[in-house]
Amino acid sequence: MEYLKKYPKLFQWLFLLIVFFALCFAIDVPETYKFIRGQAEFVKDPNQSVYFFLGKEVRYYAFDVFWRLPPLLGWLPIWINDSLFFLMNEWMPMEFWNEDTQEFKTRPLLLQVSRNLTAFMTFLIELIREILLGGLETIVAFTSWDFIDAYPWLELPGLPWTIVAAGAAILSYKLSGKGLAVFAGLTMIYISIFGQWKPSMQTLSFILVAAPLSFIFGLGLGIAAYKSKRVEKALYPILLVMQTMPQYAVLVPALVLFGVGDHAAVIITMVVAVPPMILLTILGLRAIPPEVIEAGRMSGCTNWQLMLKVLIPTARRDILIGVNQVIMVCFSMAVISAFIGAKGLGFNLLLALNQLNIGLALEAGLCISLIAILLDKMSLAWANKQTDYFGNLTFFQRNKNVIFFAASFLIGIILAYVGTFIFKGSFNYLFEIPHNKGISTADFWNKGVDWIFDTFFVYIKAFNTWLIQDVLQPMRALYLRMPAVATLVLAVGAGYLIGGIRSALVVAALTLFIALSPWWDRALVTLYMATFGVVISCLIGFTVGTLCFQNKKSAAFMLGVCDIFQTFPSFVYLIPVMMLFGITDTSVLIAVIVYATIPATRYTIEGLRSVPVGLHEAATMSGVNKFQRLTKIEFPLAFPHMMLGLNQTIVFALFMVIIGAFIGTEDLGQYILKALSDKNGAGIGLTLGICVAFIGLIFDNLIRTWVGKRKKHLGID
Amino acid sequence: MSETVIKCESVYKIFGENAKKMLEESNGNVDAKTFQEKGCIVGVNNASFEVAKGEMLVVMGLSGSGKSTLLRCISRLTDATGGKIFIEGQDLLELNNKELIELRRNKMGMVFQSFALLPHKTVVENIAFPLQIKGTNTEDSINRAMEMVKLVGLDGRENYFPRELSGGQQQRVGIARSLAVEPDIWFLDEPFSALDPLIRKEMQDEFLRLQEKLQKTIMFITHDFDEALKLADRIAIMKDGIIEQLDTPANIVLNPATEYVRKFTEEVPREKVLVIEDVMDTSNKDNLGDLKVSKDDIIENVAEKILTQENIVGVVDSNNNIVGSIKPSKIIDTVFGGRKNGS
Repeated sequence: MEYLKKYPKLFQWLFLLIVFFALCFAIDVPETYKFIRGQAEFVKDPNQSVYFFLGKEVRYYAFDVFWRLPPLLGWLPIWINDSLFFLMNEWMPMEFWNEDTQEFKTRPLLLQVSRNLTAFMTFLIELIREILLGGLETIVAFTSWDFIDAYPWLELPGLPWTIVAAGAAILSYKLSGKGLAVFAGLTMIYISIFGQWKPSMQTLSFILVAAPLSFIFGLGLGIAAYKSKRVEKALYPILLVMQTMPQYAVLVPALVLFGVGDHAAVIITMVVAVPPMILLTILGLRAIPPEVIEAGRMSGCTNWQLMLKVLIPTARRDILIGVNQVIMVCFSMAVISAFIGAKGLGFNLLLALNQLNIGLALEAGLCISLIAILLDKMSLAWANKQTDYFGNLTFFQRNKNVIFFAASFLIGIILAYVGTFIFKGSFNYLFEIPHNKGISTADFWNKGVDWIFDTFFVYIKAFNTWLIQDVLQPMRALYLRMPAVATLVLAVGAGYLIGGIRSALVVAALTLFIALSPWWDRALVTLYMATFGVVISCLIGFTVGTLCFQNKKSAAFMLGVCDIFQTFPSFVYLIPVMMLFGITDTSVLIAVIVYATIPATRYTIEGLRSVPVGLHEAATMSGVNKFQRLTKIEFPLAFPHMMLGLNQTIVFALFMVIIGAFIGTEDLGQYILKALSDKNGAGIGLTLGICVAFIGLIFDNLIRTWVGKRKKHLGID
Repeated sequence: MSETVIKCESVYKIFGENAKKMLEESNGNVDAKTFQEKGCIVGVNNASFEVAKGEMLVVMGLSGSGKSTLLRCISRLTDATGGKIFIEGQDLLELNNKELIELRRNKMGMVFQSFALLPHKTVVENIAFPLQIKGTNTEDSINRAMEMVKLVGLDGRENYFPRELSGGQQQRVGIARSLAVEPDIWFLDEPFSALDPLIRKEMQDEFLRLQEKLQKTIMFITHDFDEALKLADRIAIMKDGIIEQLDTPANIVLNPATEYVRKFTEEVPREKVLVIEDVMDTSNKDNLGDLKVSKDDIIENVAEKILTQENIVGVVDSNNNIVGSIKPSKIIDTVFGGRKNGS
């Protein structure tokens, strides 16, 4: 009884678990139940039950309601498909002027909007692409094909790689200084001599359109939400869902709306990249001290001046984190959008993945990482740039960057021209190094992995078999053994114990959505993989983070490593594990662990760092040793921050589990992948995406609520 | 005194929904308690006063007394719920947005408690900011800003960022920024409260030196009564949104209007605040000794001289005419006596 009073929460949790397990044992597995393989589900089967909703037929295998809820939301994907089709093809037909046929034509409004948007995006991408690589679409866009035939010299030749490299270095020098200039130069040279020039520039042109547009939209919407409570309330749920939505679940509906190609990729990238930008903009603007705003007003700022010259610059720390996020999302989308026909490095990467060519994938992946880091550093430097008002500069000093660029432009053209003589009949290496003519270290890497495989084959095999048979299969079976009702009780109970009625209701709604969708079993498989990945990731991440924290240098080093691993396209992780462990859950889980360990490590270090110095000193003065200090002071105080890391780890793990579908899993991701190639896939893809997002949100809600309470309790904010 | 620059007539500021309606219903008799029960918080309650050109009005009150709210009503950072505010005869509340911006750009400057510097701009850019907002070109605004840098003694640090400066230096930047457009009216909202005592004293002296030179019309907010006594031409003491007393420092010390004001004055060393004029006897101008003191002398400075006299000491004005007299015993009375009976 005394214990009960002392630790009431503990007993509440125990009680919840007891109820959960009692339910699990009480509800038997129906004899007819079996985990249905993907293909079988679409086959009509007399054992299936059927119901009709809004005139749509929904077929499903019925079980005891306690075991599996009937898929009452089964009509949702069909309904989404029909609505999309209706919007695109029948809604609001209007007369539009057609340039080509010179007459009015009736078209649904949305289709017309989508076509115009598409044309606009395509134009922007092509413009940049042709400046970098040459082409004639841009000129054609302003004139016509006949015009180009008459004046063929108008075709843009594209810039020689030497000029782009010099330009990048000079721009970096102007923005930041020597260090960044060297980095920029080396990056460009690497890209060029490794024969990645063309795909890299294609990707770059895509990024240079997607990133600024995402930034502008994100900032604009963020400001709107900051200014109006109503806008914020409308945006908030969308932002939440988008944060945990697997990125390529958005691909499918976008395919329907915008078709295939770079332009669709840009639009999808914006859909994914804008939400974090909005959130960070709001966060930054909210954190501005009110007196700074008043100071701006008293200086006689108009509303515009106040926004542009006071609010945004003052909030720039958060806004810059937003820019960083936008760039990272853009690059990860640059890879994913290869699925819907975007050109560039992503396409090569996908190719390498299909051929299991780790070397090529690594080289293409490194290009993406390098360009991402370069753009990130450049945008950061640009935002922090200072003006010198007092330097009495000569004309040359003031314009030296322009002069140098002009000079390198000339030299580049001369070199390229000379190159036509040197490399007669073959490729002009001073203009552009073609894709397969560069240096490549692919063989080295491939052989390395082969060697590892050959040498350790026995051990790998044994490990793999053990893991799958003794750990993964039983775990998976346990997860699938959970009756729907028991799971619901567990989730709602946890919600209630952590955050009261409100949390319980939110969690109940999110869980119910998944339980009522036709993919409850798949969600359980996703959950099992994510749980396994998260547990191992956290063990590794917290340990590594804590060890690295003991020394300032190693902590900084580790954070740097985290940065690089995070910018690295997540696909690349799949290749080596797939080569070593084959098409099994092990491969996916190892990739998940590698990827999800990043946030776990990062947040551990940052959390430990955030412990106030005063407390360290107080602890030292009370005579604790290092270990005591860690366990008694640093961990308890850093714990809330580390839990946010756990939150991120879950999001990362879910993301990778879904991507793991490419290896071949049986979870929600596999269905999203299928939806991509299905002409009626939009509804399924979106619904599945929402299911995954909701899994993430359930944990997000619980963890955040807990962290909030804990922080209040500890008095840190 | 000369022309009125700021004039407030029954200014009210009440926070909360329906504030305006409730104020109208109350007919100007605002009782904080009944308002609070209905969900409204009274910030400023019926404030009426005038500030003359070149005068420094210090508004003193503890936190939550509404002093900052009053200042924000007059600078129209918040809109007053009721009453009228005139700036140089212009009705402030009638101004449209454009006119208000014009007024702020040319007539007003404000200094903030937390400095409110723009973190991304250097010292000189911060100071030039109001000028650039106004549309002054870069060269002129930077030149003008450099003058201000010199005025507040920050030469050599013009290219520092605010985060690289100490609190006192940051506030110097804040002061320089508020003066950059040469405003006629200068608002200071607890400018020295965030500074440590030594720096605070130094900044107060510096502030007095500046004011001597610039002769601005000033509203100065503080919670420090000593600071108010030191700087003010007149002091307004606020409590719960109401101005309890508005008078010269000497009158507040000598004749506190309410119990609340008296508590502040209790600990004040009178000899440092009062001048001879405040305590002299104007009826008796005969039987004077040789020593004459000016009526504007602070008692502390002449006390020793007077106390060594046996005769009554004459008091003269600036033209050396005798305007009154003072007995040595009166000095003792002022310094030691006043505290017991509280007058």
